[in-house]
Amino acid sequence: MFAKRSIYLDHGASTPVDAAVVAAMQPYWAEVYGNAGSGHGYGRSAAHALETARQTVADLLHAQVDEIAFTGGGSESDNLALRGVMWAARRDGRGNHLITSAIEHAAVLATAVQLRDLFGYDLTILPVDGNGQVNPDDVAAAIRPDTVLISIMAANNEVGTLQPIQEIGRIARERGVLFHTDAIQAIATTSWDMATMPIDLLSVAAHKFYGPKGVGILYTRSGVELVSALTGGGQENGRRAGTPSVPLAVGAATALRIANENVANHTAHYQHLRDQLITGILDAFPENCRLTGHPTARLPHNASFAFRGLNANDLLMHLDMAGIAASSGSACKTGNPKPSAVLQAMGFDDTWAVGGLRLTVGKQNTPEEIEFTLSVLSQIVPKLYQLQTIVRE
Amino acid sequence: MTLLTSNTLIPNRVVVAMSGGVDSSVAAALLVEQGYEVVGMMMRLWSEPGRGGGPLVNRCCTPDQMADARRVADQLGIPFYVLDVKDQFRQTIVQYFIEQHELGRTPNPCIECNRQIRFTYLLNQALALDANYLATGHYAQVEQTAGSYRLRQGVDAHKDQSYVLHVLRQEHLAHVLFPVGAYTKSEVRDLARKFGLPVASKHDSQDLCFLGDGDYRRFLREYSEKAAQPGPILNLRGDVLGQHEGLAFYTIGQRKGLGIATPEPVYVVRKDVTRNALVVGSRAELGQTTLFVRDVNWIAGAPPQEAISAQVKIRYKAVALAALVKVVENGRIQVQFNEPVFGITPGQGAVVYDGDICLGGGIIADVTEQPSAELLTGAESLIED
Repeated sequence: MFAKRSIYLDHGASTPVDAAVVAAMQPYWAEVYGNAGSGHGYGRSAAHALETARQTVADLLHAQVDEIAFTGGGSESDNLALRGVMWAARRDGRGNHLITSAIEHAAVLATAVQLRDLFGYDLTILPVDGNGQVNPDDVAAAIRPDTVLISIMAANNEVGTLQPIQEIGRIARERGVLFHTDAIQAIATTSWDMATMPIDLLSVAAHKFYGPKGVGILYTRSGVELVSALTGGGQENGRRAGTPSVPLAVGAATALRIANENVANHTAHYQHLRDQLITGILDAFPENCRLTGHPTARLPHNASFAFRGLNANDLLMHLDMAGIAASSGSACKTGNPKPSAVLQAMGFDDTWAVGGLRLTVGKQNTPEEIEFTLSVLSQIVPKLYQLQTIVRE
Repeated sequence: MTLLTSNTLIPNRVVVAMSGGVDSSVAAALLVEQGYEVVGMMMRLWSEPGRGGGPLVNRCCTPDQMADARRVADQLGIPFYVLDVKDQFRQTIVQYFIEQHELGRTPNPCIECNRQIRFTYLLNQALALDANYLATGHYAQVEQTAGSYRLRQGVDAHKDQSYVLHVLRQEHLAHVLFPVGAYTKSEVRDLARKFGLPVASKHDSQDLCFLGDGDYRRFLREYSEKAAQPGPILNLRGDVLGQHEGLAFYTIGQRKGLGIATPEPVYVVRKDVTRNALVVGSRAELGQTTLFVRDVNWIAGAPPQEAISAQVKIRYKAVALAALVKVVENGRIQVQFNEPVFGITPGQGAVVYDGDICLGGGIIADVTEQPSAELLTGAESLIED
């Protein structure tokens, strides 16, 4: 029995919008409300805000302003990158093959599979090692003369493993293949220099770094052609039709600027709490718990685990009842948990792969909250194992 | 069937098993109104996969039912969780249903589900969450008397569900609440409207929840070779009257659909599994005044010391009939009715009542364990048909 607390350890799912971000968006709901595409003064004011936001993002990523498109979110950015590049290649007769990995977010993987199954593209899905890393040699070996695009995420959303995107990007560039990376989890704790990094397309979602939901960014290197899946008025340089949301774009840009300004101290704070979780949990359950993902090359805010034989749904329910919000790659709120595809790809068998637990820390978390979380886990995990023994009787 | 022991239970925390239906929704609303800390839970059970194109879902936990339950929980401001009980349910309840049919019995899987899933698996989940109670939308009542608990029928005689709850023991009843048991169904619907629940006018669920289409014969044909073996139809003297399609497809007391022509109407009186024979007889031959019951649970914790006059229900919807109930050995009872009873079906529950108090019950034993034919013939003279 615990005193009712409220501890949020699911920053990988979403984050609270920073007060400064809310303030920055404020004028663009009811005061500066024109359509940025309109030629009158209202429109110009909106366009000014939108283009300032775009410039901010471009500066922070060391990109050119026309390489930045605002989208409806991270999934939309991924969808646009994959479909846009592959459709453009088909239009121009430049190839039919794309390469991705087994541990991509569904926004990439499901889009790639749809391109294969419905549109007749060839798809190679690369394996990962036990730490969840793609081997750059595998990428090189998978490239064919008709390969158009490689899409490998910067960091895995579930287990936090960082991918060798520099190396993969270099290989892609050498072989004349485009490289897209889903940087949705990694954007706020990595520095990005698009001028020098071998990345052609980059997906971002604002709500993962204290920005609003419903807005994403797609960086597309100058000269890379996209055939948009969202057609209409040709907004966002023809990449994403629809009236752009000025407040959301301003929110995304402001959030990215704040993240960028604080990257060093945020990262140190996250790492401290993350390591407190990792040490505490592995010490408490040495037999039945394993750290998932790379031991060192991992997101600073991601502590993820697999519990032998436990059902993640049960674990999350008990944590929630104790006031702790966590998540899992295998849980499902409709009670239909499946082994996590990411853990399976990393070689975990089903005894482990239904017992994934992801704890992702954030700015507001404190060491005391982590202590409390560890004490809650040390009570509920043995209880769940005891329950299992009873059920098996 | 062990229950978790816990010293951290929170006295007023209760887990409500929610199905998205009106009864469990009202149960949850009543508990919230009574000041309990309520947690909604739904079990995702097994269902037949992929019939008729789309993936089938268990009909008591379809996405729609789940959405309804979630809406009710949201309206009541209580947490709501869905538990994955698919494998457990398949391995225990569905398997039990198939195996019992293969043994020539007609099981009531709801009783077994209450015993193994609802009041063991789910109750344990509740206890592990430090909930002092598991509440369900059953029409029955738990009454605390000096030092013990009693199970009483629901106030609504038409809806009473104590029959399927006779498997409960003292340690269960100490942690079980039936909030709608004190109301009639129409009062429950009124309460649903009063609480503004979006499920007030939903229909009651029917049939076995795990069947894709409600057709258990079709289900058994697909899931059991043995239950669907054709064999002879015999009369009580052993004459072959025809062929049956598989013992599982017939019920005791069935008259129509036997596909045989006889001068007098005949009824299925028993299933002879050893010979895979369906045995038919006259209505008189169907009647039985005595039966044996196995796997008996006495809710009070111990059997009565001597024979008792009681009322016994031999099916969920049957009327409780006066009978003399004698403990013959541990876990077995003999039930002696005052007059012949028709359609006594091995595998169904026989539940013993003293007025509206459910004393316990068990499973009607197989024909081979039932009293000999002389008792049956003795009954004949009592019948006018």
